[in-house]
Amino acid sequence: MIGGLVMRFTEEAGAIMLLFCSTLRQMFMPPYEVKGTFKQMYEIGVRSVPVVLITAIFTGMVLALQTYTGFKRFGAEAMVGTVVALSMTREMGPVLTGLIVTGRAGAAMAAELGTMRVTEQIDALETLATNPIKYLIVPRFASGLIMMPALTVVADFIGILGGYIITVWLFGVSSTLYWKRTWDFLETEDIYNGLIKAGFFGGSIALISCYKGFTTTGGAEGVGKATTGAVVLSFMTVLISNYFLASWLYK
Amino acid sequence: MIEITDLHKAFGGKQVLRGASLRIERGESMVVIGGSGSGKSVLIKHIIGILKPDRGDIFINGENITRLKEGALYRVRRKFGMLFQGAALFDSLAVWENVGFVFLRDKTRSEKEIKEIAAEKLKLVGLAGVEDLMPAELSGGMKKRVGLARAIAHDPEILLYDEPTTGLDPIMADAINELIVEMKKRLKVTSIAITHDMTSAYKIADRIAMLYEGRIVETGTPEEIRHTENPLVRQFITGSATGPIKIEGVSAR
Repeated sequence: MIGGLVMRFTEEAGAIMLLFCSTLRQMFMPPYEVKGTFKQMYEIGVRSVPVVLITAIFTGMVLALQTYTGFKRFGAEAMVGTVVALSMTREMGPVLTGLIVTGRAGAAMAAELGTMRVTEQIDALETLATNPIKYLIVPRFASGLIMMPALTVVADFIGILGGYIITVWLFGVSSTLYWKRTWDFLETEDIYNGLIKAGFFGGSIALISCYKGFTTTGGAEGVGKATTGAVVLSFMTVLISNYFLASWLYK
Repeated sequence: MIEITDLHKAFGGKQVLRGASLRIERGESMVVIGGSGSGKSVLIKHIIGILKPDRGDIFINGENITRLKEGALYRVRRKFGMLFQGAALFDSLAVWENVGFVFLRDKTRSEKEIKEIAAEKLKLVGLAGVEDLMPAELSGGMKKRVGLARAIAHDPEILLYDEPTTGLDPIMADAINELIVEMKKRLKVTSIAITHDMTSAYKIADRIAMLYEGRIVETGTPEEIRHTENPLVRQFITGSATGPIKIEGVSAR
């Protein structure tokens, strides 16, 4: 039973790596899928902004709330700004955005490509002399790679703003102190390492979701399974790779 | 000319094609008949190179397409047009974008020209004024017509039909059959259709081949097939549940 599980896992990982290679090759081979990529950037990026905004602001707020009330016990409430800024840029920003993009865009990708597979639209692309990897996967992969870091910047900034709202407006800490504590200990490295993670998540989510969509079999039920599979596998990948990326990037 | 020799294909442990061989002359209309699960769809997907055989060769005008690299394969595919069972229209694109898809991809013509080509091809299949509709707004029969317009848009030499009449009412099915016959006359294409609808097969075929258990068991003109002595073919064309063909999953009483 465990043997079978390992076999299935390695088989799938191998298939995704192969898809990754062909996607890269198609991505750098002209003609480029500019129009399709912009469309996907809008779908994955722009349309995720509202959810990211709401999630990020509340995350920043709750971080400030918990840190302030907790740190007060040993008189360190002045450090709230630092904690919020570091948590948001290093962890919460990229990871939460990754989970949101998985739920919104990853699921949609798997469902759309899965439906195209079962209704033979992907076969039809091939008969019309169009490489489906180039036409369908490249734009999604590239958009994931570009838009995840972009969304993460938004999340970082809004999260810190949420922390500000609670610390300054609710707990009456001085505004200068909050900003000072934020900027004093925040290094550019914190931000761009977070963005590297975000880019990795974006690429993985797109690739996994497209893979699941492409390999769909068995009608409507199959599409449902592919979508669930894409979301679960993407979540796992984001959360597990997050640990290893963090241990590698933040030495 | 298309020549298929000794084609084998298995999915997982399931052997679907077991040495299918078939020859189709230029300008001929070949219909492959066979029951559900006999491997008809798999056969047609090999001809256009979507599937790669485990063993065997397919020659299109003397070129072995099973050995071709990806780029060359896409070039060969431009000789083909295929009508899918469910039409397989791209549902995110308008009808004219579907029909002119190949031209939209190679970017050699302006959008206006492509739209004109699309309108002209749609007229060939008996549709007018649907250019700007989305596929979801069309009926089943109209979808098939748009699918056919898309298949003939780039003037292919070979047309493939995957169950062209399945899921249509008898009148609509006959209209599609007429259209297939007309396409052959007007465009002088070689065509291969797979179907289990004998009315359709008799109407559109120059020759009929029967696929059974992954092999071609009989080929002949519609007249020859109608009077064949082969018990497998006889059972299939008369549509009888009793005979040498066993229905899968149903035990003999």
